[in-house]
Amino acid sequence: MTQTVIADETVPARAAWSRVLRAGQTLTIVDLEGNQAVDTLFYDAHDTTRRYSAPATVAAQGSIFLTTGSVLRDDAGEPLVTITADEVGNHDTLGGACSQESNTLRYGHHTRHQHACVENFLREGARHGLGKRDLVPNVNFFMNVPVDADGTLGIVDGRSAPGKNLALRADRNVIVLVSNCPQINNPCNGFDPTPVRMIVTA
Amino acid sequence: MTSTDTTATTTATTTAAREHARAQAGEITDSMPVVPATDWPHPPADVPADRLTWAESIPGGRYTAVVLARGTRIRLTDRDGTACAPLMMWRADAPWERLNTADTVKVPWQAYLGTGHPLLSDQGRVLATIVADGSGHHDALCGASTLAGNTARYGAGSPESDSPAGRELLLLAGLKHGLAERDLPHPVSFFHGVRVAGDGTLVSTGNAGPGAAVDLVVHLPVVLAVAVADHPLDPSPDYHAGTVELLAWSAPEDLDALVADTFPGVDQDQEYRRALANSEAAHRAANPTSAAAPTGALAPTS
Repeated sequence: MTQTVIADETVPARAAWSRVLRAGQTLTIVDLEGNQAVDTLFYDAHDTTRRYSAPATVAAQGSIFLTTGSVLRDDAGEPLVTITADEVGNHDTLGGACSQESNTLRYGHHTRHQHACVENFLREGARHGLGKRDLVPNVNFFMNVPVDADGTLGIVDGRSAPGKNLALRADRNVIVLVSNCPQINNPCNGFDPTPVRMIVTA
Repeated sequence: MTSTDTTATTTATTTAAREHARAQAGEITDSMPVVPATDWPHPPADVPADRLTWAESIPGGRYTAVVLARGTRIRLTDRDGTACAPLMMWRADAPWERLNTADTVKVPWQAYLGTGHPLLSDQGRVLATIVADGSGHHDALCGASTLAGNTARYGAGSPESDSPAGRELLLLAGLKHGLAERDLPHPVSFFHGVRVAGDGTLVSTGNAGPGAAVDLVVHLPVVLAVAVADHPLDPSPDYHAGTVELLAWSAPEDLDALVADTFPGVDQDQEYRRALANSEAAHRAANPTSAAAPTGALAPTS
């Protein structure tokens, strides 16, 4: 079956991106230069109170990691999108977004005025009528967050590489909200944010 | 049951109906708040009964919500050993600031809740600190059970059903405080443990047993919501959530000890110290004339 390319856009390093995916459309995210964390939230396009839930997703699949076949679910447990192809594996469900506020805890108060993912989510989300109350912990595509036996958890070096990609299919009409993570204090993007490519097909 | 012998009364008139209704009052059951809280019939030996500010038993499948002051200490008790208590907090004076489960595991570099673990807001502040833990069976990863999940497992998940989902109950708690569905992110859950295997698989570790308790100290005024509902990974085929006891009392000295880093048994790392400093700064900024906790021992941030 021939796939029609509906959009093919590059998200610059540190920037935000969003789009409404129609049910059945596929979004392919290409990690152009490798080791870039792509912080992503999903909302039902018709009822944004139906939004991605990391806990509902991991509880339903019985694992913290996302890969091919993972169904990303909303707060009520219903499917939003399904990962249909994945060249990396272990996409993160636990770490959430960087914010100016959490950066002060993790790295010190000198990081307070660094641009962070939550600001991308707020600014880009506002274009869809979304506000602070609509933000919840997000998926981090290409980010690697293992949990050790004693519960120690942290963001470590990514497993991606230049050109690696994953694809996800919209199970209903969804808003995809992306922050191409600007974090420069941890290895989520090798301390060096780089661009990613977004291809929408139908 | 004290006085509900309906055969002796009639409810055909307003006077009789009123008498019938009034005759029900004064019962003490296992599923109710006691007001005032200082009348709580069985305070623990280590809790000053005259300082109790809230005392309630929450049966399985129900919930409660209460506004708690800074410097309050809370004790949750899994009375029967079959409870799971998803807990949510919003800042009472700024409810758009709320518990953030991702920061709660990411900032302390620790996925499992235990003594000393902060419950962090999305604004880089401690809402509450776990200061005692007699359970060791908690979960910050799986959230509360959902309508779809409980419908699949038990045949129903709505609040009026026999198997209410935890999220449905927390939503009611939030709605009663003027909050909306969009204000409800993910809770942490006490009394039902989960561990992550090396390959990322989630494993239920169940409950610790009857009487297990966990204590929290509240750092900023919060709306606290507690539901009691089976955990999403509970392997039991039957809905069996037991009663959770919620006690709260005024404990400003415990907050002072946390700020001064003299609280016994709580080891403080640098991320926690900065979160604590941020909470104290927010309190002082909003309440410049009130007595702030002594912050002389707050470590300089590195």
